[in-house]
Amino acid sequence: MKEIEELFLPDDVHYAESHEWARDEEETVVVGVNDYAQDQLGDIVFVELPEIGDTFEKGEEFGTLESVKAVSEIYMPVAGKIVATNEALSEEPELVNQEPYNSGWMIEIEPDDPDEINTLMTSSEYMEMLKGAE
Amino acid sequence: MRYLPHTEEEIASMLRVVGTEDLDGLFSPVPPDCKMGTALDLPDALTEWELGAFMNGLAATMATSPAYKIFMGGGSYEHYIPESVSYLLGRSEFSTAYTPYQPEISQGTLQAIYEYQTLTARLLGMEVANASMYDGASALAEALLMAIRITKRKRVALSPLIHPHYRAVVRTYLGPGGHELVELPSLENGRTDISGLAGMDDLAAVAIQSPNFFGCIENLKAAGEAIHEAGALFIASFTEPLAYGLFKNPGCQGADIVCGEGQSLGIPRSFGGPGLGMFTCRMKHVRNMPGRLVGKTADRDGRAGFVLTLATREQHIRREKANSNICTNNSLCALASAMYLASVGGTGIRDLASLNYDKTEYLKRGLRGVGCTVPFDSSTFNEFVVEFPKGFKDTYSRLLEKRIVAGIILGNWYPELPNHSLLCVTETTTKEDMDELIREVGS
Repeated sequence: MKEIEELFLPDDVHYAESHEWARDEEETVVVGVNDYAQDQLGDIVFVELPEIGDTFEKGEEFGTLESVKAVSEIYMPVAGKIVATNEALSEEPELVNQEPYNSGWMIEIEPDDPDEINTLMTSSEYMEMLKGAE
Repeated sequence: MRYLPHTEEEIASMLRVVGTEDLDGLFSPVPPDCKMGTALDLPDALTEWELGAFMNGLAATMATSPAYKIFMGGGSYEHYIPESVSYLLGRSEFSTAYTPYQPEISQGTLQAIYEYQTLTARLLGMEVANASMYDGASALAEALLMAIRITKRKRVALSPLIHPHYRAVVRTYLGPGGHELVELPSLENGRTDISGLAGMDDLAAVAIQSPNFFGCIENLKAAGEAIHEAGALFIASFTEPLAYGLFKNPGCQGADIVCGEGQSLGIPRSFGGPGLGMFTCRMKHVRNMPGRLVGKTADRDGRAGFVLTLATREQHIRREKANSNICTNNSLCALASAMYLASVGGTGIRDLASLNYDKTEYLKRGLRGVGCTVPFDSSTFNEFVVEFPKGFKDTYSRLLEKRIVAGIILGNWYPELPNHSLLCVTETTTKEDMDELIREVGS
């Protein structure tokens, strides 16, 4: 597994404590899991995503990630309605490992509150949190 | 596992460690009124010969076949078990049939389970079968929980013609979890009334048994359509899988989960257990399926091999979020049924099911001829309900004195059927036995 310094934590996304990232796309928010989460889980073999139209509160479970060694729940970084899911992951779940911030995205949310995304951590704040947890 | 009792020396050394002199000291925290002051009042031990004689005497007091002609089914069926099943099952390779903790080292065991899964899926017309569960009742309860997981809804509906014991197990399983159980009404023809489904919302699943407890074949296709219309999953339950040798299996009639009891397939009745929980579903739901699952794969040299697969659903990995707390299977019974199905074969199952059906119809016709009423006009398999012409209890007792057990008394479970009995006929029932029953009922 990677050292914390080796992690790729881009500045253009926001970070949740439960290791999801959220990218502000004006009207919507796109969500995936970050480099730390995919690295900890190992080879991902299955991604279970919600139905389009489902609504969730912030922190609520919206799906599961299954790797060869564990299963983890994935949680909403902001409250809102699911407007799209990444269908490519049903055939190629390994995209989450390969490109966690791009082709490995999971859901697109129409947020209840467009400002809620700003309550999440920045890249450097998230890095500090990880260091504190080590 | 060997049982080796502790020696006096070992007991003394353990007592020294805990700091007491004798066993009474060890048990001193137990309040005196919770202890029995005297020795157990047991008879002297018997010798092996005496015990054999005692047990034989006890057995002679019971109504057992073939001394009695027994027309009882109700979820446990008398079928002939081919000698090949008994022989293969007795082989030492299978004497520890339990799915092993280092499973892949036991390729033979895994292959046998894989064959069982394949035969089960084919018999029930489904895409994937697990390695088996405890029995038909717990399999049904697990199926309902599975549907609740998939649909994220809390309410389930059951046919009243599912075996009453199964419904009791379902209540035990689901009651404390805050799930709502609805019991559907039944129709005059002995089938489940599904007309009310359209008005029910938030339904996770509807479970229907076919052949149902009255032996009647349900219209699964129509039921499935109505159930899917309500947005629920369709669970088909069964107690007699042999029926699918003759009638359409639930898989080809739209069922999402098919589960039930496999005792009919090569497993003795043994006073009601152990049984075999057969459990199958559509492939798209496999990750929500409970239980163990054996898959076929290839090793790095391309050779075929068997593995336990999709184990991330299970308790040892998923902990409190596991699909089920059943992390085992009824392997020996599952192997028996696989051996049975392989011994009987595809055409054999069809012939056997036809024989069962024809014999049942013979008895049905004969009883009608001596004044009995058969209240439900649906097709039946193996079992049917009959109303005796006069003084039900007297007739039943009189037959019992003549060493005929005239089925299961239905009034205990269905008060609206006070003079009714559930009769069962299989290939083991002879024409002479049926003729005798018809003659006695008519006399």
